Amino acid sequence: MSSLLSVRDVTISYPTESGLFTAVEGVSFSIGEGEKFVILGPSGCGKSTLLKAVGGFIAPSRGVIELEGRPVSRPGPDRVVVFQEFDQLLPWRTVMGNVVYPLRVARRMAEGSAREAATRHLDMVGLTKFAATYPHQLSGGMKQRVAIARSLALDPKMLLMDEPFASLDALTRRKMQDDLLMIWQATRKTILFVTHSIEEAVVLGDRVLILSAGPGRVRRILDNPAAGHRETEAVMKIQRDVQEILGR
Amino acid sequence: MSWLGLPAAIRKAVILTILLVIWEAVTRLGDVSPLLFPSASIVLAAFGRSLVNGELPGYAAQSLQVLLAGMAIGSVLALVLTTLAVTTRVGAELLETLTSMFNPLPAIALMPLALLWFGLGVKSLIFVIVHSVLWPMSLNTYTGFVTVPRTLMSVGQNFGLTGWRFVAGILLPAAFPYILSGVKIGWAFAWRTIIAAEMVFGVSGSQGGIGWFIYQNRFEMNTDLVFAGLLTVILIGLLVENLFFRWLERKTVLRWGMSAAR
Repeated sequence: MSSLLSVRDVTISYPTESGLFTAVEGVSFSIGEGEKFVILGPSGCGKSTLLKAVGGFIAPSRGVIELEGRPVSRPGPDRVVVFQEFDQLLPWRTVMGNVVYPLRVARRMAEGSAREAATRHLDMVGLTKFAATYPHQLSGGMKQRVAIARSLALDPKMLLMDEPFASLDALTRRKMQDDLLMIWQATRKTILFVTHSIEEAVVLGDRVLILSAGPGRVRRILDNPAAGHRETEAVMKIQRDVQEILGR
Repeated sequence: MSWLGLPAAIRKAVILTILLVIWEAVTRLGDVSPLLFPSASIVLAAFGRSLVNGELPGYAAQSLQVLLAGMAIGSVLALVLTTLAVTTRVGAELLETLTSMFNPLPAIALMPLALLWFGLGVKSLIFVIVHSVLWPMSLNTYTGFVTVPRTLMSVGQNFGLTGWRFVAGILLPAAFPYILSGVKIGWAFAWRTIIAAEMVFGVSGSQGGIGWFIYQNRFEMNTDLVFAGLLTVILIGLLVENLFFRWLERKTVLRWGMSAAR
């Protein structure tokens, strides 16, 4: 597995009203091509900040983030973010329009091929029937599916997922995790996934980085042979291990 | 069938007809001088006459033309002011100060100054129209821009949009509900202002417009035509507000499930 993304000794701090706040400190890890990498930590541990830095939305105060050996300096369609918020779809465009538009502006695709790619990816998330629907008529889960289809259609080097299922109900959430696993089987897209749910981390992550809180530091990077499974003996064991590391 | 079971349009039509009948009855039976208060039928006849001979449509078109010119200039200025306000701190404070100063000032109060600066003519009218639309439109557009959800902005950046493409692709459509309500308020102010402003011209009798038509006919005691003029002002107001803007909202913000939360 060759390294696609490399994060080296990254510290991110920013000024607040009560002085300089350090969100993450001295974080290093690297993600291989086609890997599902999960960053797990309690809320406020800076995991989202870290993802935003990989996305290029925030510059690290110290350290480097490199994608294929080139430093990340700004947001771009080679690292597409799926946000937690449901309002990440453009409300003035249909489901189809939401997938086609970025292909037109970011990939400069012709209308025809953009629609073709969009149809293919909407099919992948099971929303072909809703192509002409406007986002406000969709449920939360469906909105997140559109966001995933939109991101995949852009064919990024990495998919950055910032707690995309955190606002969904438990059942929908579970279904979305399973579907994401299936999509990953089909595409082998490299995924960086941020979550505060141990269960989610263990189901999805080939490796799980455990972040401590205030400021966020790497506790451990765990290999997870149980990825893709639920409720097996191996899953339970890893979950216990993670719990123990987090609790320490 | 009960009253509430009837469609809204029919209910309104019934109310309107009853009011017309009362108007007609009172003016006929009450022996009111048609010079002071003409009956509904006389007014409608006068309205029909000046509609056919093109007098009213001509004046109305003149008013609308000046109004649209004023609104166009006002929109451009509003866009400049808002752009300044979103990009710089000073710009935001400038916009805030200017709007709180000028918003409460009725445009018509500037008419004497306008006459002094621009003389009798279209320029003075446009000046007061610009004043009446600029502040509400700027304020709304500004609110629209600053309330664009953070996530949408990040999404736009993620697509690699920068500069003008970011503004056109993300900011303008995201702020559209506010911009639209700014234009609606601007129109309502402008339409009332222009009628009033044209009456000031009526005093010296130089330029046309529907306000002048009303004023001039009062001068000549054509009270039926005064009423016909007022009817035209109401009708155009209703057409624009209830038909045009409703249609535009159905095509845009309602379809998108977006609304300006104010």
